This record gives sequence, structure tokens and C-alpha cells, in this order.
Amino acid sequence: MFKKQYESHETVSIIFEGKNLDVEIGQTVASALLVGGDMVFRSSVVSGQPRAPYCMMGVCFECLIEIDGIPNQLACMIPVREAMKIKRQQKNKE
Amino acid sequence: MAAAITARAHGLSVLVLDEQPSAGGQIFRNIESLEATRNSEFSKLGQEYEFGSSLVRRFKKCGADYFTDRSVWQIDNNLQIHHVSASASKSNSVISHCQAKRLLIAVGAMERPMPLPGWTIPGVMPCTAVDVLYKSSGLIPDGEVVLAGSGPLLLLIGCRLLDVGVHVSAFLDTSMNGALLKALPLLPNALRSHKYLTRGLSLLWKIRKAGIPFYSGIQNIEALGASKLEKVRIGKSGKFFDVTADLLLLHNGVVPNVQITRNLGCEHRWYDVQRYWEPIVDDWGNTSVDHVSIAGDCGRVAGAAISEVSGHLAALETVYQLGVISKVERDNLSQPHRIELARQKHVRPFLDKLFQPSKTWLVPENDKTLACRCEEVKVSEIRETVRMGIKDPDSLKSMTRCGMGYCQARMCGLTVSEIIAEEKKVSPEEIGYFRVRSPIRPITLGQLAEID
Ligand SMILES: Cc1cc2nc3c(=O)[nH]c(=O)nc-3n(C[C@H](O)[C@H](O)[C@H](O)COP(=O)(O)OP(=O)(O)OC[C@H]3O[C@@H](n4cnc5c(N)ncnc54)[C@H](O)[C@@H]3O)c2cc1C
Ligand code: FES
Repeated sequence: MFKKQYESHETVSIIFEGKNLDVEIGQTVASALLVGGDMVFRSSVVSGQPRAPYCMMGVCFECLIEIDGIPNQLACMIPVREAMKIKRQQKNKE
Repeated sequence: MAAAITARAHGLSVLVLDEQPSAGGQIFRNIESLEATRNSEFSKLGQEYEFGSSLVRRFKKCGADYFTDRSVWQIDNNLQIHHVSASASKSNSVISHCQAKRLLIAVGAMERPMPLPGWTIPGVMPCTAVDVLYKSSGLIPDGEVVLAGSGPLLLLIGCRLLDVGVHVSAFLDTSMNGALLKALPLLPNALRSHKYLTRGLSLLWKIRKAGIPFYSGIQNIEALGASKLEKVRIGKSGKFFDVTADLLLLHNGVVPNVQITRNLGCEHRWYDVQRYWEPIVDDWGNTSVDHVSIAGDCGRVAGAAISEVSGHLAALETVYQLGVISKVERDNLSQPHRIELARQKHVRPFLDKLFQPSKTWLVPENDKTLACRCEEVKVSEIRETVRMGIKDPDSLKSMTRCGMGYCQARMCGLTVSEIIAEEKKVSPEEIGYFRVRSPIRPITLGQLAEID
């Protein structure tokens, strides 16, 4: 959906759905996961339809994701950290 | 930033809380790192950004205590301010509070949500989202992009996408028919800030010249796709056609972020031209609540330059109210800012009228459109509930859960007031808005337990 316009300078390693990803330091979890990937961050709590980050500025709460075991984290506001474990939130798990 | 600089220049002790990771607000997001590490891109952003960078430098040097990554989630009546790390985790879920004598709220604006069928499908975003991704992480859209909406920011962002080589496959103009005629009487005054207008026209020209298929008078837009956007269905004069797209970027103007001012109980009024609520303030930014003032786009949306001036003025008022300068000194010191304000303001009434949001995009015609994204409440459900007799957004909420989700009605609030008002054939002003309760940012039970 999105691509990086320049080569990453310095990277950290994060784990998304069990897979290791090297991503540029200093960006948010949402922007790190929007590169390449299929965009889906969670399923909606009502119908289970797929959802992705929307506003990128902390007002829509569409980017909620599980980080290091804590659900409902705002991926568009949280910077990536080394060894961060990130998981999609599925409706039936909530 | 401007307010902090002025307040510090008069010796006040200033604390700035911002939920972003670095200084700059929305327009100058991540500007320091852009200038330092991506200089060629920075220089393409234009003169405004040079100014932004100097503003950030002056702000950083002014001596204010400045905390990044701090979200304000509650403000008590005695001006005790509660804040929490936006990037809270198990190890750093610091929650904290501080006591203020005066409070200046400058939380800016957000894009007006533009509900249409399929707007929750991954691949549909407000246009400023790509601006955030570009400035903060150097990301650009990959694939076919469709732009839809109305307003100067859409033109600006459209042009930036062209500059970085993104393929824009259609521009869907949803401006109100006849808006130009209505705005025309305001044009002579607007011409006094002709620089702004020339820039707007050059943006429009660039988009037309790029040969992007440009459709005006659009009545329907529908996003289609399962787990990601596949195409956009467009309706014009009763005919429908599809355009394949990977990203649909929407824009229907910008509205003030009123969560904090509403939660604090500041009085708001309905601004009919741009169809939003704004806090009621005097010439110095004072709200109806004692010791609380505002600056910038969280009042009347007016752009970065006016926001900066309003910050200086609100700070001078604060310095005066705290007894550091006299009224006469305040008035004298405010002169240059008042002149700048007058200079910048001419163009606003014209722009507000020209880009007046049209009814079609305020109240979705298609009843299956989700008005509330979080609780998935359809326009039809809201209409039915209103017909059952509810009078205001809060009673709608208790019947349908509309507005009860994580975003706390930031995404559906204006739409709900518009729909109820349309059903009852009155102005949204009479209908009112959801009551905004704290915490205005969700906080976890673990974080609450930390409060002493
Ligand atoms: C996403 C976006 C992109 C934009 N891009 C452009 C552009 O490229 N060019 C242009 O001319 N105009 C742009 N605009 C409009 C422009 O941003 C505004 O006119 C201008 O920034 C207003 O300045 P401000 O100081 O009032 O608010 P802002 O610059 O929005 O600053 C408000 C600050 O408050 C912080 N904040 C909000 N709520 C809280 C809270 N609860 N706790 C702590 N901090 C909080 C925000 O993180 C932000 O840093 C954009 C607007 C948006 C919404
Ligand atoms: S994308 Fe909107 S809150 Fe994160």
C-alpha cells in the first residue's frame, strides 16, 4: 500500500505475527507495518470486518493493535522499539 | 510554540505537553529530523517550512519545559492536568499530573470525517494521513490513488503526491455547485491576501496540467473491496462508473478538535458556513471557563499563520492576567500581532464560503453508510431511532451505542448532529453534540491504578 521513498538509515527489529521485520528507527508502529504488508491491523469488534489505520494522528482509533501482550494500543502514536512483539487483534479474542 | 515563546519572554514558567514525539504540530510534523536527514525533501516543501523550522528552533530555546509523548486525558476544574505517555507500555506506562494557574489549549484540528459506503475498508484514508506518513517516515503511496473531496489541503496534498511521482488515477471534486458564485462577493476583500489565492490557483493548475482525469459535480462515491480497497464507484448525473484504486484519499475540510474544550465545559457555538462547533472566545482567546484560553485551529480553523498569531495574543493575555504586565502594555505589545492578523484574515471568509461543505457529503444519502465506524451504526439506524422520538445525540447513544466506541464520537459526532437535525428539519445548533466525558484518551486500568 505504501513504499519507502529512501533507504532506511538505522533499523530496529520487531516481531509482527511471529515474523521478524527490520524497520527504520524513529517511526511509529503503524507506518512500519504499512510498508509492503496487507494493511489489516485488526478486525472490527462488531462485524469482524478488517480494519486498518485511518487518520494517522490519534483521533480515529482504527489502528488499535496488541503490543507486548497489551491490547488496544494506538499504533499510529507509538514508536517502534527493539524486540517489540506485535499482533493483530481479532474479534473473537477480545 | 508561539505562545510558549511569548510567555517565556515575559518570564512565565511554562509547561508544554504534546502527544507527538517531536515539535511542529500537524503542519510542521517531524520538521527537525526532516531538515537534518532528508534535506532535499525538506527544501521542496517550500518557504513556509523554513519558517516552521525557525519557529521550532526558537521554541526549543525559549526555556519552556517541553514534554513530548504526553497525551492530556483529563483536566479538573481546578486546572489540575492529567497526562499519560501516548506510547505507554508495561515498562513505561507513566501517568502524571500537574497544577496550572492558567491553561492554554492549542490542540489543533482534524479532518472532517467524510462518511461514504465502504469508508472502513483498508485503503481508504483522509488525505492528511498520507501527509503524516510522508513527513514522519518518508512513506509514499504505492499503486493507484484516487483523490476525492474539496478544499485547499486536498489540492496541496495532491500536488505533493505528483511531485514524488505517485500515480493519481482520478480527482473527484465534491465542491458545492455554485459555491464560487456564493463566495464571489467576498472575493474583493480576499484579494488583499492575493498570495494565498495565487498559490491555490497554481495548485489547481498543476493538477489539471498533470492530465489527471478530473470529475466535478460528483454525487456518489463508494469504496469497494473485501480486505482491501479494489475500486471506487463514482456516480455523476445518475450514471455510475468504476475506477480501480489501491488508495482512496478523502477530504471534506478541517474542523476544530473540541474534545478538551467540551470536556472542560467551555461554551461552543455553531459556525454555519463551515458546519462545525467552535469554542466561544473573545479577542484574546479567553473561553467561557475562567483561566482557560485557546489558540490556533482548535478555535475557528484558520491555518498555520493565523494560529501562530493567535498563540502570541493568547500568551500576552496570560502574561497580563497573571499580573506581569499592565493592560496598556498588553495592548501595545499586541499591536504587531494584530496587524499581522488583519493581514492574514482577509482571505478566510472567502475560502470558508468557497469550500463550504455540501449537504451531500455531510449527511450520507446512502442509508447503508456507517456513520459510526467503531460501533458500526448505519445512517438508517440513526434515522429510525430519531423517528422513534429521540431528541439529541446522547439519547441516540444509549439506544444504539453510536458514539460509544473508542474514538469517543470524534468520527461520528458531527454526522450524528447533522442527521438528527435533518430529520427534525432544524439546525444542528438546536440538536447539540455528544457530551464529552473524560478520560478523553482511553487509559488502562493498570495506568489508573498508578495514580496517587
Ligand atoms: C494531519 C494534518 C496535516 C496537515 N498538513 C498541513 C500542511 O501540510 N500544510 C498546511 O498548510 N496545513 C496543514 N494542516 C493544517 C495545519 O496543520 C493547521 O492549520 C495548523 O497546524 C494549526 O496549528 P495549531 O497549532 O493550531 O495545531 P496543530 O499544529 O494541529 O498542533 C496541535 C498539537 O496538539 C497536540 N495534541 C492534540 N490533542 C492533544 C492532547 N489531548 N494531549 C496532548 N497533545 C495534544 C497534537 O499532537 C499537535 O501536536 C494539516 C492538518 C492536519 C490535521
Ligand atoms: S490511525 Fe487513527 S488513531 Fe491511529
